[in-house]
Amino acid sequence: MTDKTKTPDRRGWMSLLAKAPPADLARLWGAFGEAPGYSYLRAPEVGGVMVRGRTGATGAPFNLGEMTVTRCSLRLESGEVGHGYVQGRGKTHATQAALIDALMQTDRAAALRAAVLDPLRDALQAARAARAEKAAATKVDFFTMVRGED
Amino acid sequence: MYVAVKGGERAIDNAHAWLAEERRGDPAVDELSVAQIREQLALAVNRVMTEGSLYDSDLAALAIKQARGDLIEAIFLIRAYRTTLPRFGAAHPVDTAKMACDRRISATFKDVPGGQVLGPTFDYTHRLLDFKLAAEGEGEAPDAPRNPAQEGAAPHVTGFLNREGLIQTEDASDATPPDLTREPMELPAGRPLRLQALTRGDEGFVLSLAYSTQRGYARNHAFVGELRIGAVAVEMDIPELGFAIEIGEITLTECETVNQFTGSKTEPPQFTRGYGLVFGQTERKAISMALVDRALRWKELGEEDQGAPAQDEEFVLMHCDNIQATGFLEHIKLPHYVDFQSELELVRKLRREAAQTQMQEAAE
Repeated sequence: MTDKTKTPDRRGWMSLLAKAPPADLARLWGAFGEAPGYSYLRAPEVGGVMVRGRTGATGAPFNLGEMTVTRCSLRLESGEVGHGYVQGRGKTHATQAALIDALMQTDRAAALRAAVLDPLRDALQAARAARAEKAAATKVDFFTMVRGED
Repeated sequence: MYVAVKGGERAIDNAHAWLAEERRGDPAVDELSVAQIREQLALAVNRVMTEGSLYDSDLAALAIKQARGDLIEAIFLIRAYRTTLPRFGAAHPVDTAKMACDRRISATFKDVPGGQVLGPTFDYTHRLLDFKLAAEGEGEAPDAPRNPAQEGAAPHVTGFLNREGLIQTEDASDATPPDLTREPMELPAGRPLRLQALTRGDEGFVLSLAYSTQRGYARNHAFVGELRIGAVAVEMDIPELGFAIEIGEITLTECETVNQFTGSKTEPPQFTRGYGLVFGQTERKAISMALVDRALRWKELGEEDQGAPAQDEEFVLMHCDNIQATGFLEHIKLPHYVDFQSELELVRKLRREAAQTQMQEAAE
Protein backbone atom coordinates (compact mmCIF):
# COMPACT_ATOMS: atom_id res chain seq x y z
CA MET A 1 0.00 0.00 0.00
CA THR A 2 1.07 3.56 -0.62
CA ASP A 3 1.36 6.23 2.02
CA LYS A 4 -1.84 7.76 0.75
CA THR A 5 -3.85 4.99 2.41
CA LYS A 6 -2.76 6.27 5.81
CA THR A 7 -3.69 9.89 5.41
CA PRO A 8 -6.70 11.29 7.25
CA ASP A 9 -7.89 12.15 3.75
CA ARG A 10 -8.90 8.57 3.27
CA ARG A 11 -11.20 8.70 6.25
CA GLY A 12 -12.73 11.80 4.69
CA TRP A 13 -13.41 10.36 1.25
CA MET A 14 -14.65 7.04 2.56
CA SER A 15 -17.06 8.85 4.88
CA LEU A 16 -18.24 11.01 2.02
CA LEU A 17 -18.79 8.01 -0.26
CA ALA A 18 -20.71 6.19 2.49
CA LYS A 19 -23.20 9.05 2.80
CA ALA A 20 -23.44 10.02 -0.86
CA PRO A 21 -26.82 9.53 -2.55
CA PRO A 22 -26.25 6.43 -4.75
CA ALA A 23 -27.81 8.04 -7.84
CA ASP A 24 -25.50 11.09 -7.58
CA LEU A 25 -22.45 8.90 -7.14
CA ALA A 26 -23.43 6.68 -10.08
CA ARG A 27 -23.93 9.71 -12.33
CA LEU A 28 -20.61 11.35 -11.39
CA TRP A 29 -18.69 8.08 -11.55
CA GLY A 30 -20.22 7.29 -14.96
CA ALA A 31 -19.27 10.74 -16.23
CA PHE A 32 -15.70 10.28 -14.95
CA GLY A 33 -15.63 7.55 -17.55
CA GLU A 34 -12.92 5.24 -16.24
CA ALA A 35 -13.53 1.55 -15.85
CA PRO A 36 -10.39 0.06 -14.35
CA GLY A 37 -10.09 -3.71 -14.21
CA TYR A 38 -10.51 -5.16 -10.74
CA SER A 39 -11.29 -8.31 -8.86
CA TYR A 40 -13.27 -8.60 -5.65
CA LEU A 41 -11.49 -9.54 -2.46
CA ARG A 42 -14.88 -9.50 -0.81
CA ALA A 43 -17.95 -9.43 -3.01
CA PRO A 44 -20.57 -6.79 -2.11
CA GLU A 45 -22.46 -7.92 0.97
CA VAL A 46 -25.47 -6.35 2.73
CA GLY A 47 -25.46 -6.43 6.51
CA GLY A 48 -26.41 -4.58 9.65
CA VAL A 49 -24.46 -2.35 12.00
CA MET A 50 -25.71 -1.80 15.52
CA VAL A 51 -26.18 1.90 16.22
CA ARG A 52 -25.66 2.98 19.82
CA GLY A 53 -26.63 5.91 21.95
CA ARG A 54 -25.62 6.92 25.46
CA THR A 55 -27.85 7.16 28.52
CA GLY A 56 -28.62 10.84 28.98
CA ALA A 57 -26.56 11.56 25.82
CA THR A 58 -23.27 11.32 27.76
CA GLY A 59 -23.46 8.20 29.93
CA ALA A 60 -23.17 4.48 29.31
CA PRO A 61 -23.73 3.13 25.77
CA PHE A 62 -26.94 1.32 24.88
CA ASN A 63 -28.12 -0.37 21.68
CA LEU A 64 -30.53 1.71 19.66
CA GLY A 65 -31.11 -0.52 16.64
CA GLU A 66 -29.34 -1.51 13.47
CA MET A 67 -28.84 0.25 10.17
CA THR A 68 -28.30 -1.38 6.81
CA VAL A 69 -24.79 -1.16 5.40
CA THR A 70 -23.22 -2.66 2.28
CA ARG A 71 -19.52 -3.39 2.10
CA CYS A 72 -17.06 -4.76 -0.39
CA SER A 73 -13.31 -4.91 -1.00
CA LEU A 74 -11.52 -5.14 -4.32
CA ARG A 75 -8.08 -4.97 -5.90
CA LEU A 76 -7.34 -3.05 -9.05
CA GLU A 77 -5.27 -4.73 -11.75
CA SER A 78 -2.61 -2.18 -10.85
CA GLY A 79 -2.56 -3.59 -7.30
CA GLU A 80 -4.29 -0.96 -5.15
CA VAL A 81 -6.86 -2.28 -2.67
CA GLY A 82 -10.08 -0.36 -2.13
CA HIS A 83 -12.78 -0.75 0.49
CA GLY A 84 -16.35 0.44 0.39
CA TYR A 85 -18.64 0.70 3.40
CA VAL A 86 -21.82 2.52 2.46
CA GLN A 87 -25.20 3.20 4.06
CA GLY A 88 -28.14 1.19 2.76
CA ARG A 89 -28.44 -1.83 0.52
CA GLY A 90 -26.57 -0.74 -2.59
CA LYS A 91 -24.14 -3.24 -4.06
CA THR A 92 -23.34 -0.93 -6.96
CA HIS A 93 -22.88 1.92 -4.49
CA ALA A 94 -20.43 -0.15 -2.42
CA THR A 95 -18.50 -1.27 -5.50
CA GLN A 96 -18.21 2.27 -6.84
CA ALA A 97 -17.08 3.49 -3.41
CA ALA A 98 -14.39 0.79 -3.27
CA LEU A 99 -13.23 1.55 -6.81
CA ILE A 100 -12.90 5.23 -5.97
CA ASP A 101 -11.12 4.38 -2.72
CA ALA A 102 -8.61 2.33 -4.70
CA LEU A 103 -8.17 4.90 -7.47
CA MET A 104 -7.63 7.64 -4.89
CA GLN A 105 -4.37 5.81 -4.08
CA THR A 106 -3.17 6.25 -7.66
CA ASP A 107 -2.14 9.23 -9.77
CA ARG A 108 -5.80 9.62 -10.76
CA ALA A 109 -6.55 10.99 -7.30
CA ALA A 110 -6.60 14.68 -8.18
CA ALA A 111 -8.80 14.18 -11.24
CA LEU A 112 -11.15 11.94 -9.30
CA ARG A 113 -11.39 14.39 -6.44
CA ALA A 114 -12.34 17.18 -8.81
CA ALA A 115 -14.77 15.12 -10.88
CA VAL A 116 -16.51 13.07 -8.21
CA LEU A 117 -15.62 13.83 -4.58
CA ASP A 118 -15.83 17.61 -4.67
CA PRO A 119 -19.25 17.70 -6.37
CA LEU A 120 -20.55 15.08 -3.90
CA ARG A 121 -19.27 17.08 -0.95
CA ASP A 122 -20.74 20.29 -2.35
CA ALA A 123 -24.13 18.63 -2.88
CA LEU A 124 -24.20 17.21 0.65
CA GLN A 125 -23.17 20.55 2.12
CA ALA A 126 -25.81 22.36 0.08
CA ALA A 127 -28.50 19.94 1.24
CA ARG A 128 -27.39 20.34 4.84
CA ALA A 129 -27.28 24.12 4.52
CA ALA A 130 -30.79 24.17 3.04
CA ARG A 131 -32.17 22.30 6.05
CA ALA A 132 -30.25 24.53 8.46
CA GLU A 133 -31.70 27.61 6.78
CA LYS A 134 -35.23 26.27 6.98
CA ALA A 135 -34.64 25.42 10.65
CA ALA A 136 -33.30 28.93 11.27
CA ALA A 137 -36.51 30.37 9.79
CA THR A 138 -38.48 28.53 12.50
CA LYS A 139 -36.42 29.95 15.36
CA VAL A 140 -38.61 31.84 17.81
CA ASP A 141 -37.88 35.53 18.32
CA PHE A 142 -39.32 36.26 21.72
CA PHE A 143 -40.46 39.75 22.49
CA THR A 144 -42.11 41.03 25.60
CA MET A 145 -45.56 42.51 25.25
CA VAL A 146 -45.94 46.03 26.65
CA ARG A 147 -47.13 45.64 30.19
CA GLY A 148 -50.16 47.56 31.23
CA GLU A 149 -48.62 48.95 34.40
CA ASP A 150 -48.36 52.58 33.47
CA MET B 1 -51.18 -27.71 21.93
CA TYR B 2 -50.44 -27.90 18.21
CA VAL B 3 -51.59 -30.81 16.11
CA ALA B 4 -50.61 -31.16 12.47
CA VAL B 5 -53.66 -30.89 10.26
CA LYS B 6 -53.85 -30.95 6.51
CA GLY B 7 -56.42 -29.74 4.08
CA GLY B 8 -56.22 -25.98 4.20
CA GLU B 9 -53.60 -25.52 1.54
CA ARG B 10 -55.81 -24.42 -1.32
CA ALA B 11 -57.90 -22.20 0.92
CA ILE B 12 -54.72 -20.53 2.22
CA ASP B 13 -53.34 -19.96 -1.27
CA ASN B 14 -56.61 -18.46 -2.40
CA ALA B 15 -56.82 -16.31 0.73
CA HIS B 16 -53.35 -14.91 0.00
CA ALA B 17 -54.28 -14.28 -3.62
CA TRP B 18 -57.32 -12.33 -2.47
CA LEU B 19 -55.14 -10.48 0.04
CA ALA B 20 -52.93 -9.37 -2.86
CA GLU B 21 -55.97 -8.14 -4.76
CA GLU B 22 -57.35 -6.28 -1.76
CA ARG B 23 -53.93 -4.79 -1.08
CA ARG B 24 -53.95 -3.29 -4.55
CA GLY B 25 -57.45 -1.93 -4.04
CA ASP B 26 -59.39 -0.46 -6.94
CA PRO B 27 -57.15 -0.83 -10.02
CA ALA B 28 -58.69 2.37 -11.38
CA VAL B 29 -56.78 4.20 -8.62
CA ASP B 30 -53.03 4.71 -9.14
CA GLU B 31 -50.79 2.25 -7.32
CA LEU B 32 -48.70 3.68 -4.46
CA SER B 33 -44.97 3.52 -5.02
CA VAL B 34 -42.52 2.70 -2.24
CA ALA B 35 -40.88 6.08 -2.85
CA GLN B 36 -44.22 7.84 -2.34
CA ILE B 37 -44.66 6.10 1.01
CA ARG B 38 -41.09 6.92 2.02
CA GLU B 39 -41.46 10.60 1.12
CA GLN B 40 -45.08 11.32 2.00
CA LEU B 41 -45.81 8.96 4.91
CA ALA B 42 -42.45 9.59 6.53
CA LEU B 43 -43.66 9.48 10.12
CA ALA B 44 -45.17 6.03 9.61
CA VAL B 45 -41.85 4.99 8.04
CA ASN B 46 -40.01 6.38 11.08
CA ARG B 47 -42.17 4.43 13.48
CA VAL B 48 -41.58 1.20 11.56
CA MET B 49 -37.82 1.82 11.55
CA THR B 50 -37.79 2.56 15.29
CA GLU B 51 -39.87 -0.38 16.45
CA GLY B 52 -38.51 -2.65 13.73
CA SER B 53 -35.00 -1.77 15.04
CA LEU B 54 -33.65 -1.22 11.56
CA TYR B 55 -32.81 2.14 10.02
CA ASP B 56 -33.64 1.77 6.33
CA SER B 57 -36.42 3.99 5.05
CA ASP B 58 -36.87 2.13 1.74
CA LEU B 59 -37.38 -1.18 3.51
CA ALA B 60 -39.76 0.34 6.05
CA ALA B 61 -41.79 1.92 3.22
CA LEU B 62 -41.93 -1.42 1.41
CA ALA B 63 -43.07 -3.13 4.60
CA ILE B 64 -45.86 -0.56 5.03
CA LYS B 65 -47.02 -1.17 1.47
CA GLN B 66 -46.94 -4.95 1.91
CA ALA B 67 -48.75 -4.71 5.25
CA ARG B 68 -51.50 -2.52 3.75
CA GLY B 69 -50.66 0.20 6.27
CA ASP B 70 -50.84 -2.09 9.33
CA LEU B 71 -47.79 -0.71 11.10
CA ILE B 72 -47.37 -3.57 13.57
CA GLU B 73 -47.48 -6.04 10.68
CA ALA B 74 -44.89 -3.85 8.90
CA ILE B 75 -42.69 -3.84 12.01
CA PHE B 76 -43.01 -7.63 12.08
CA LEU B 77 -41.77 -7.81 8.47
CA ILE B 78 -38.79 -5.58 9.28
CA ARG B 79 -37.89 -7.58 12.39
CA ALA B 80 -37.98 -10.78 10.34
CA TYR B 81 -35.80 -9.25 7.63
CA ARG B 82 -33.37 -7.88 10.22
CA THR B 83 -32.63 -11.37 11.52
CA THR B 84 -31.34 -12.37 8.06
CA LEU B 85 -28.66 -9.66 8.03
CA PRO B 86 -25.11 -10.52 9.06
CA ARG B 87 -23.96 -8.09 11.74
CA PHE B 88 -20.86 -6.22 10.57
CA GLY B 89 -20.24 -4.72 13.97
CA ALA B 90 -21.32 -1.98 16.30
CA ALA B 91 -20.91 1.72 15.69
CA HIS B 92 -19.47 4.21 18.16
CA PRO B 93 -22.23 5.73 20.30
CA VAL B 94 -23.72 8.63 18.34
CA ASP B 95 -22.78 12.13 19.50
CA THR B 96 -26.12 13.92 19.70
CA ALA B 97 -24.43 17.15 20.84
CA LYS B 98 -23.18 17.46 17.25
CA MET B 99 -26.63 16.92 15.75
CA ALA B 100 -27.58 19.06 12.77
CA CYS B 101 -30.91 20.04 14.32
CA ASP B 102 -34.11 20.45 12.32
CA ARG B 103 -35.90 21.07 15.58
CA ARG B 104 -34.65 21.90 19.03
CA ILE B 105 -36.84 23.18 21.81
CA SER B 106 -36.63 23.47 25.57
CA ALA B 107 -39.67 23.75 27.81
CA THR B 108 -37.48 24.79 30.74
CA PHE B 109 -35.34 27.65 29.42
CA LYS B 110 -36.83 30.26 27.14
CA ASP B 111 -33.51 31.82 26.19
CA VAL B 112 -31.50 28.66 25.70
CA PRO B 113 -28.29 29.22 23.67
CA GLY B 114 -29.03 28.16 20.11
CA GLY B 115 -32.62 29.23 20.56
CA GLN B 116 -35.99 27.59 20.30
CA VAL B 117 -36.12 26.10 16.82
CA LEU B 118 -39.56 24.73 16.01
CA GLY B 119 -38.76 22.73 12.87
CA PRO B 120 -41.46 20.97 10.82
CA THR B 121 -43.94 20.44 13.66
CA PHE B 122 -47.65 19.76 14.08
CA ASP B 123 -47.52 21.92 17.22
CA TYR B 124 -49.60 25.10 16.98
CA THR B 125 -51.59 23.76 14.02
CA HIS B 126 -55.36 23.98 14.53
CA ARG B 127 -56.01 20.31 13.86
CA LEU B 128 -58.61 21.21 11.26
CA LEU B 129 -58.82 18.99 8.22
CA ASP B 130 -57.16 20.64 5.27
CA PHE B 131 -59.35 19.92 2.27
CA LYS B 132 -56.79 21.46 -0.04
CA LEU B 133 -54.79 18.25 0.41
CA ALA B 134 -57.74 16.28 -0.97
CA ALA B 135 -57.58 18.16 -4.26
CA GLU B 136 -56.00 16.19 -7.07
CA GLY B 137 -52.77 17.59 -8.51
CA GLU B 138 -51.82 20.01 -5.78
CA GLY B 139 -49.90 22.22 -8.15
CA GLU B 140 -46.59 23.63 -7.00
CA ALA B 141 -44.68 21.93 -4.24
CA PRO B 142 -44.67 23.91 -0.98
CA ASP B 143 -41.55 25.90 -0.34
CA ALA B 144 -40.43 26.64 3.23
CA PRO B 145 -39.02 30.07 4.09
CA ARG B 146 -35.32 30.32 4.88
CA ASN B 147 -33.16 32.45 7.12
CA PRO B 148 -29.38 32.52 7.38
CA ALA B 149 -28.32 29.41 9.29
CA GLN B 150 -26.70 29.68 12.69
CA GLU B 151 -23.14 28.53 13.06
CA GLY B 152 -22.16 25.56 15.16
CA ALA B 153 -24.09 22.87 17.00
CA ALA B 154 -26.56 23.70 19.76
CA PRO B 155 -25.27 22.60 23.18
CA HIS B 156 -27.36 20.27 25.34
CA VAL B 157 -29.58 22.04 27.85
CA THR B 158 -28.77 19.58 30.62
CA GLY B 159 -25.15 20.67 30.25
CA PHE B 160 -26.04 24.11 31.64
CA LEU B 161 -27.74 22.65 34.67
CA ASN B 162 -24.86 20.30 35.17
CA ARG B 163 -22.42 23.20 35.34
CA GLU B 164 -24.13 24.33 38.51
CA GLY B 165 -24.39 20.79 39.81
CA LEU B 166 -28.17 21.16 39.76
CA ILE B 167 -28.74 17.93 37.86
CA GLN B 168 -27.52 14.43 38.38
CA THR B 169 -24.48 13.54 36.25
CA GLU B 170 -24.57 10.62 33.85
CA ASP B 171 -21.62 8.37 34.56
CA ALA B 172 -19.67 8.08 31.33
CA SER B 173 -18.47 4.62 30.42
CA ASP B 174 -17.49 2.61 27.40
CA ALA B 175 -18.90 -0.67 28.63
CA THR B 176 -20.31 -2.92 25.91
CA PRO B 177 -24.08 -2.78 26.38
CA PRO B 178 -26.19 -5.94 26.56
CA ASP B 179 -28.17 -6.68 23.39
CA LEU B 180 -31.63 -8.17 23.79
CA THR B 181 -31.67 -9.13 20.11
CA ARG B 182 -28.76 -11.50 20.80
CA GLU B 183 -29.28 -12.78 24.35
CA PRO B 184 -32.56 -13.35 26.18
CA MET B 185 -33.46 -10.43 28.42
CA GLU B 186 -32.46 -11.00 32.02
CA LEU B 187 -34.04 -9.19 34.90
CA PRO B 188 -33.24 -7.09 36.77
CA ALA B 189 -32.06 -5.19 33.69
CA GLY B 190 -29.63 -2.31 33.85
CA ARG B 191 -30.51 1.03 32.33
CA PRO B 192 -28.83 0.31 28.93
CA LEU B 193 -30.96 -2.81 28.45
CA ARG B 194 -34.09 -0.97 29.56
CA LEU B 195 -33.43 1.81 27.06
CA GLN B 196 -32.95 -0.69 24.24
CA ALA B 197 -36.26 -2.35 25.11
CA LEU B 198 -38.05 1.00 25.36
CA THR B 199 -36.69 2.43 22.11
CA ARG B 200 -38.08 -0.54 20.15
CA GLY B 201 -41.15 -0.83 22.36
CA ASP B 202 -44.66 -0.16 21.12
CA GLU B 203 -45.38 3.54 20.86
CA GLY B 204 -48.90 3.20 22.20
CA PHE B 205 -47.85 1.10 25.17
CA VAL B 206 -44.94 3.36 26.13
CA LEU B 207 -47.14 6.45 25.64
CA SER B 208 -49.82 5.09 27.95
CA LEU B 209 -47.34 4.18 30.66
CA ALA B 210 -45.77 7.63 30.41
CA TYR B 211 -49.21 9.17 30.68
CA SER B 212 -49.94 7.07 33.76
CA THR B 213 -46.91 8.62 35.49
CA GLN B 214 -48.24 12.08 34.69
CA ARG B 215 -51.61 11.16 36.17
CA GLY B 216 -50.04 10.12 39.45
CA TYR B 217 -48.91 6.50 39.13
CA ALA B 218 -45.28 7.12 40.13
CA ARG B 219 -45.44 10.80 39.41
CA ASN B 220 -42.03 12.39 38.94
CA HIS B 221 -42.87 15.84 37.54
CA ALA B 222 -41.15 15.73 34.19
CA PHE B 223 -40.20 18.84 32.26
CA VAL B 224 -38.96 18.50 28.70
CA GLY B 225 -35.53 19.96 29.29
CA GLU B 226 -34.82 19.49 25.64
CA LEU B 227 -36.23 17.88 22.56
CA ARG B 228 -34.12 17.76 19.44
CA ILE B 229 -34.56 16.20 16.02
CA GLY B 230 -31.87 16.10 13.39
CA ALA B 231 -29.10 14.25 11.62
CA VAL B 232 -26.07 12.66 13.23
CA ALA B 233 -23.18 10.80 11.64
CA VAL B 234 -22.67 7.14 12.48
CA GLU B 235 -19.02 6.15 12.89
CA MET B 236 -17.62 2.66 12.96
CA ASP B 237 -14.13 1.20 13.24
CA ILE B 238 -13.20 -0.55 10.02
CA PRO B 239 -10.97 -3.49 10.91
CA GLU B 240 -9.34 -3.64 7.45
CA LEU B 241 -8.23 -0.04 7.83
CA GLY B 242 -7.48 0.32 11.50
CA PHE B 243 -9.43 3.56 11.79
CA ALA B 244 -13.03 4.70 11.99
CA ILE B 245 -15.06 6.16 9.14
CA GLU B 246 -18.56 7.53 8.94
CA ILE B 247 -20.71 4.77 7.49
CA GLY B 248 -23.78 6.91 7.19
CA GLU B 249 -25.98 9.62 8.58
CA ILE B 250 -29.26 9.02 10.37
CA THR B 251 -32.04 11.20 11.74
CA LEU B 252 -32.80 10.82 15.44
CA THR B 253 -35.20 12.30 17.96
CA GLU B 254 -33.79 12.84 21.44
CA CYS B 255 -35.67 13.88 24.56
CA GLU B 256 -34.09 14.76 27.86
CA THR B 257 -36.42 15.31 30.75
CA VAL B 258 -35.59 17.18 33.91
CA ASN B 259 -37.40 15.67 36.85
CA GLN B 260 -37.92 16.26 40.50
CA PHE B 261 -35.26 16.14 43.07
CA THR B 262 -33.38 13.51 44.74
CA GLY B 263 -30.94 14.08 47.53
CA SER B 264 -29.49 12.36 50.52
CA LYS B 265 -27.59 13.05 53.72
CA THR B 266 -24.40 13.35 51.70
CA GLU B 267 -25.69 15.01 48.55
CA PRO B 268 -27.78 18.16 48.25
CA PRO B 269 -31.03 18.01 46.31
CA GLN B 270 -30.63 17.99 42.54
CA PHE B 271 -32.73 17.38 39.48
CA THR B 272 -32.83 13.90 38.00
CA ARG B 273 -33.20 12.92 34.38
CA GLY B 274 -34.99 10.65 31.96
CA TYR B 275 -33.82 9.90 28.46
CA GLY B 276 -35.43 9.02 25.18
CA LEU B 277 -33.71 8.38 21.84
CA VAL B 278 -35.40 6.97 18.74
CA PHE B 279 -34.87 6.69 14.99
CA GLY B 280 -36.36 9.35 12.73
CA GLN B 281 -38.75 12.11 13.67
CA THR B 282 -40.66 10.24 16.33
CA GLU B 283 -41.28 12.83 18.96
CA ARG B 284 -44.18 11.41 20.95
CA LYS B 285 -42.26 8.18 21.40
CA ALA B 286 -39.06 9.93 22.51
CA ILE B 287 -40.88 11.91 25.21
CA SER B 288 -42.78 8.81 26.35
CA MET B 289 -39.57 6.81 26.52
CA ALA B 290 -37.90 9.47 28.68
CA LEU B 291 -40.78 9.49 31.18
CA VAL B 292 -40.85 5.71 31.47
CA ASP B 293 -37.04 5.56 31.72
CA ARG B 294 -37.24 7.99 34.63
CA ALA B 295 -40.01 6.04 36.37
CA LEU B 296 -38.02 2.81 36.10
CA ARG B 297 -35.04 4.44 37.82
CA TRP B 298 -36.82 4.63 41.19
CA LYS B 299 -34.56 2.09 42.85
CA GLU B 300 -31.22 3.63 41.91
CA LEU B 301 -32.53 7.08 42.87
CA GLY B 302 -33.66 5.84 46.28
CA GLU B 303 -37.36 6.48 45.68
CA GLU B 304 -40.31 4.66 47.11
CA ASP B 305 -41.86 1.76 45.25
CA GLN B 306 -45.42 2.94 44.79
CA GLY B 307 -46.41 -0.28 43.09
CA ALA B 308 -47.16 1.70 39.94
CA PRO B 309 -47.08 -0.16 36.60
CA ALA B 310 -44.46 2.22 35.17
CA GLN B 311 -42.11 1.38 38.05
CA ASP B 312 -42.41 -2.35 37.51
CA GLU B 313 -39.46 -3.29 35.34
CA GLU B 314 -40.74 -6.76 34.59
CA PHE B 315 -44.19 -5.52 33.69
CA VAL B 316 -42.83 -2.81 31.40
CA LEU B 317 -40.04 -4.70 29.69
CA MET B 318 -41.90 -7.96 29.20
CA HIS B 319 -44.96 -6.27 27.68
CA CYS B 320 -43.63 -3.33 25.67
CA ASP B 321 -42.66 -5.30 22.57
CA ASN B 322 -45.58 -5.30 20.15
CA ILE B 323 -44.21 -8.17 18.05
CA GLN B 324 -43.95 -10.49 21.04
CA ALA B 325 -47.33 -9.31 22.21
CA THR B 326 -49.09 -9.65 18.88
CA GLY B 327 -47.48 -13.02 18.23
CA PHE B 328 -48.86 -14.48 21.41
CA LEU B 329 -52.15 -12.68 21.19
CA GLU B 330 -52.89 -13.54 17.60
CA HIS B 331 -51.87 -17.18 17.88
CA ILE B 332 -55.08 -17.90 19.75
CA LYS B 333 -57.05 -17.42 16.53
CA LEU B 334 -55.16 -20.31 14.91
CA PRO B 335 -56.62 -23.82 15.18
CA HIS B 336 -56.83 -25.07 18.76
CA TYR B 337 -59.31 -27.83 17.92
CA VAL B 338 -57.76 -30.48 20.16
CA ASP B 339 -57.25 -28.09 23.09
CA PHE B 340 -60.82 -27.04 22.84
CA GLN B 341 -62.05 -30.64 22.44
CA SER B 342 -60.54 -31.50 25.81
CA GLU B 343 -62.16 -28.45 27.40
CA LEU B 344 -65.50 -29.46 25.91
CA GLU B 345 -65.21 -32.92 27.36
CA LEU B 346 -64.27 -31.53 30.72
CA VAL B 347 -67.19 -29.11 30.89
CA ARG B 348 -69.60 -31.87 29.81
CA LYS B 349 -68.25 -34.14 32.53
CA LEU B 350 -68.60 -31.40 35.14
CA ARG B 351 -72.17 -30.74 34.02
CA ARG B 352 -73.01 -34.46 34.23
CA GLU B 353 -71.59 -34.62 37.72
CA ALA B 354 -73.49 -31.51 38.76
CA ALA B 355 -76.72 -32.92 37.35
CA GLN B 356 -76.19 -36.23 39.17
CA THR B 357 -75.57 -34.43 42.45
CA GLN B 358 -78.77 -32.44 41.99
CA MET B 359 -80.76 -35.58 41.25
CA GLN B 360 -79.36 -37.32 44.30
CA GLU B 361 -80.18 -34.32 46.49
CA ALA B 362 -83.71 -34.21 45.05
CA ALA B 363 -84.13 -37.94 45.71
CA GLU B 364 -82.99 -37.58 49.30
